[in-house]
Amino acid sequence: MSAPLEMPKWADTILVPAISVVAAFLMAGLVVLSIGENPITATRWLLQGSLGTGEGLGFTLFYMTDFIFVGLAVAVAFHAGLFNIGGEGQATLGGLGIALALNNLSFLPGFLLIPIGILAAAAFGAFWAAIPGYLQAKRGSHIVITTIMFNWLASVLVVYLLVNVLREPQSMNPETRAFPEQAYIPFMHEVFAVFGIEIPPSQLNLTLVLALAAAYFVWLLIYRSRLGYAIRVVGANPTAAVYAGISPARIIIIAMVLSGALAGGLAVNELMGYQHRLLLEFTSGYGFVGIAVALMGRAHPVGIVLASLLFGILYQGGAELAFEQPNITRDMVVVIGGIIILFAGALDGLFRRLVAQMLARPKLARA
Amino acid sequence: MDLGIIATLFDSALRLSIPLLAACLAGLWSERSGVVDIGLEGKMLVAAFAAAVGAYAFDSAWIGLLAGVGASVIFGLVHGFASISQRGNQIVSGVAINMLAAGLTAIVGNAWYGQGGRTPPLEGVQRFSGVLLGHSALVYIVLLAVPLTWFVLGRTRFGLRLRAVGENPAAVDTAGISVTGLRYTAVIIGGVLCGLGGAYLSVGQAAGFLPNMTAGRGFIALAALIFAKWRAWPALGACFLFGLLDASANQLQGVVLPGIGEVPVQAIQALPYLMTVILLAGVIGTAIPPRAAGIPYVKER
Repeated sequence: MSAPLEMPKWADTILVPAISVVAAFLMAGLVVLSIGENPITATRWLLQGSLGTGEGLGFTLFYMTDFIFVGLAVAVAFHAGLFNIGGEGQATLGGLGIALALNNLSFLPGFLLIPIGILAAAAFGAFWAAIPGYLQAKRGSHIVITTIMFNWLASVLVVYLLVNVLREPQSMNPETRAFPEQAYIPFMHEVFAVFGIEIPPSQLNLTLVLALAAAYFVWLLIYRSRLGYAIRVVGANPTAAVYAGISPARIIIIAMVLSGALAGGLAVNELMGYQHRLLLEFTSGYGFVGIAVALMGRAHPVGIVLASLLFGILYQGGAELAFEQPNITRDMVVVIGGIIILFAGALDGLFRRLVAQMLARPKLARA
Repeated sequence: MDLGIIATLFDSALRLSIPLLAACLAGLWSERSGVVDIGLEGKMLVAAFAAAVGAYAFDSAWIGLLAGVGASVIFGLVHGFASISQRGNQIVSGVAINMLAAGLTAIVGNAWYGQGGRTPPLEGVQRFSGVLLGHSALVYIVLLAVPLTWFVLGRTRFGLRLRAVGENPAAVDTAGISVTGLRYTAVIIGGVLCGLGGAYLSVGQAAGFLPNMTAGRGFIALAALIFAKWRAWPALGACFLFGLLDASANQLQGVVLPGIGEVPVQAIQALPYLMTVILLAGVIGTAIPPRAAGIPYVKER
């Protein structure tokens, strides 16, 4: 174990994650079997529901948009050697930012209001991540613990505001009034309809384009910019970074700000793209799925987009599956996410060693 | 405030602090041996589920407790395998444990009982009833774990070694003592304690399992652990304090205090998290974790 495992790059970046995902699905199949259902039928419903119809595909891509944002958020922090498990809280604050901006500036036209909403989500998310980042950088407070605490603080704060301050007086539900209509991010089926192309209506909206642009931006940032290089150096070796004239404290705070801003994208897709109001627990645990997405995608934007697609299929297919086979509820997706995090993250070494052994054997035979 | 209210408040604070205390001590054992455990929440949740299932199936709260402890230990061993044997990332493993527990309990509970993830209500001998001062045996077992933890960790050879493994595993290894063995022992003890806390939730405090019934208690326990600076008696104090906050939040709901006005429940709910962040920021004292916590031990280096 002390010697680094030698394996070709394709094996490291594609084969190892693929094997851990396959193993995760086999485990999930066992869970399905153990509650007396047929995993193969279940898989068929899952794929049929997520990819089989235009509408299903739309919903799949809608969820994928969420996961791209939270996956990128985890990944950027990860490159700086930080574990940001505060995606939930940062996205929640992003939602608060959107609600405050849109409902207070409702007199503005849409072409101004939409960018303002997006920027507000990013700024509030960034702010909620910057505090743990600052505490880690300057006071050495462990970022894992502080981001956990900030998740709960965000949740308590938004509950308080929605129940006591932001709720519509005549409404019983703890949610804000609907956003001004010009601030809705257009649905994809509306956009296509403008060009005369008809696609089945779904929640999918233009935020997907923003998510893909964010993925490209993160790639540029991490692999093609000075700042990205500094982030990776700090992540790999903070001591070396100091020798290279990079201030780890500064980089840690910047990485967390970027990470929180990306997490705010989840709120853009869910609230400006679909719900059109701020409501409780709209993040639905997606912040944690982001960890699975980032681990599976090896913290690389291309990997994250692919992993997000997989989780989009799981979420949409899982909803259809729960409809067809009530015994397999959507919690199955949480189970699969957990197994993937365990296999692709914590037990990564196990699979790497297996693959390295498998690849080394033929070479020995030749020698 | 008259004596009656104070007694009620104290009583409900004790009830609310028991699951926190069990999980907090579990975290204490695990982290003192160098294994960071953010999966306390998940282990309590599976324990609560298994305890309710066991108690219902065998008509005995004690069998339920055994089932809960068993399930929690199994999850603890998964975490141990990933973080001790495979030297994986302990945070990642903890997140996985939490997600697995949340998903599995809901899906299996729904498949078995068809009540949206709930287990059938427990009654009579299926629950722990009060044995002394209205509190069940489980309460006293968890309270007893405090002096036991203090004594074993602080006053025995095994405890000394276990603490050493969390500070400097290489030194322990050089002395010919198994780092792996000690860490697994700690993880199993942590599993047992989380099992007690989870069983208390579903078979002691409530009458049956509800999906996600731990509701973040595992994370408050983590906060209490930091607050207690990884020590047993302060852990009791921190957990009781957080239990008291919780109890007073319930009591103060809608009450208008003179000069302050109505205290929002959420402000009190936020206090444990806020106090932990402030403590971690080093504003009021410092919290220094065991030095080797979170770092897998590699023998050859």
